[in-house]
Amino acid sequence: MPVTVKLPTQLRAAAGGAAEASADGATVGEVLDALYAQHGGLRERIAGDDGELRRFVNVYLKGEDIRFLDGLATPVSDGDEVTILPAVAGG
Amino acid sequence: MPAEALKCKECSTAYPLEARYVCERCFGPLEVAYRPPSSDAPALKRRIQAGPHTLWRYADFLPLEGPARSALPTGWTPLVRAHRLAERLGLREVWIKNETANPTHSFKDRVVSVALARALELGFGTIACASTGNLAGAVAAHAAAAGLPAYVFIPADLEPEKILSAGAYGARIIGVEGTYDDVNRLCTEISGEREGWAFVNVNVRPYYAEGSKTLAFETAEQLGWEMPDRVVAPVASGSLFTKVARGFQDWIDAGLLAGELPAMHGAQALGCSPVAQAFAAGTDVCRPVKPNTIAKSLAIGNPADGPYAIDLARRTGGSIESVTDDEIRAGIRLLAETTGIFTETAGGVTTAVLAKLAEAGAIDPDECVVAYITGDGLKTLDAVRDSVEVARIEPRYEAFEAVEAQEVVA
Repeated sequence: MPVTVKLPTQLRAAAGGAAEASADGATVGEVLDALYAQHGGLRERIAGDDGELRRFVNVYLKGEDIRFLDGLATPVSDGDEVTILPAVAGG
Repeated sequence: MPAEALKCKECSTAYPLEARYVCERCFGPLEVAYRPPSSDAPALKRRIQAGPHTLWRYADFLPLEGPARSALPTGWTPLVRAHRLAERLGLREVWIKNETANPTHSFKDRVVSVALARALELGFGTIACASTGNLAGAVAAHAAAAGLPAYVFIPADLEPEKILSAGAYGARIIGVEGTYDDVNRLCTEISGEREGWAFVNVNVRPYYAEGSKTLAFETAEQLGWEMPDRVVAPVASGSLFTKVARGFQDWIDAGLLAGELPAMHGAQALGCSPVAQAFAAGTDVCRPVKPNTIAKSLAIGNPADGPYAIDLARRTGGSIESVTDDEIRAGIRLLAETTGIFTETAGGVTTAVLAKLAEAGAIDPDECVVAYITGDGLKTLDAVRDSVEVARIEPRYEAFEAVEAQEVVA
């Protein structure tokens, strides 16, 4: 099931300049794994050694922070939009 | 102490002093790093004391290249000895840093002054922000004074006082249907797409955040080049809280202050207390929350500097506390009745936490305590609306006597 992943400007260089990518998966975690398979340089920027998201990375599914959902296990549907953004803003 | 680079707080990767805020390697926050001061402490002190009565007297510790100036002078707010408040709390020495005395009545004038000055140096032509209210007014006013267009993004359900006062300066106001965290997410996206826009708390956030250090500098100078033993300050993103300590630390490092950092206590509203909850749970992972509190200026459910605020509170022997909406209203009242300073809900949070700490015996009665009152009560009038009674009478002396008699009986 293809899902659109929107990339922040800080990650685009590691994705060949693309602002978004299409990736398959049944959960947010699987979608991210599929994204890393396309662009190997993204994994270490987004995830720590344990595979969990780094603490200053926010991931949203259709605008909702996945920490309010089921985290990386949150199911996704065909055509959903996943957005990755830096957490360090605001205040 | 000239700025040298932007450095990642997580992995120490260095970047040039540009409009960037995130480490490209690990997404950690960037912070301004400085070279050691080129002057000795007495020379720095003389330069500060000869400076203007604004935050620019601390230009040696701020990240600007050229001479620092702004069209809307900010800072050098009163540090008020609160004898009557101290007495009510069973303490000896309580000071209130009265940030309502800034041009737009909150501490946000400080961070905006620095962000805007740096944005101009970097060649930006438009100023913008994601705001819980006070920042909106500060950005709008400082942009107006500097002759720049401003965009402010706010949660659509913000207090009308804050929306109207920002709009009065001619800023474009975008009310976003959602929480502050939604606004923040949107602005993070927009800032990646709009070149030429300086979002004060997104792409120029490292410079913006430095402005809060001046709260510490002023406090120390006003206390006679001393630090307080204890500080109580509000925590929303955690930026002000951590930068106050950074300010004291800068001056310890420069030889302007002697001793240890004060015990740092952070104040949150229970209805939006991700940092206090993480502190209480003994972790530094701030689980985001959906805010539900009258303290809208502190309603950040996903605080960027939360982990650093918790670390700071722990290593200085402080804490991060939370108080209920009723305690916030009581805090506003307590401060107003004992000091003559009418604060907004965030100041109610701070005062309520101060009272709570005093009551719990967490403050030694002989300690010097400084509480940061960051905004003005006129911007959150709803919080006091039900607590004020107006005795309505006909314009006759007997009518006045009658209500006075009722008051005495009651």
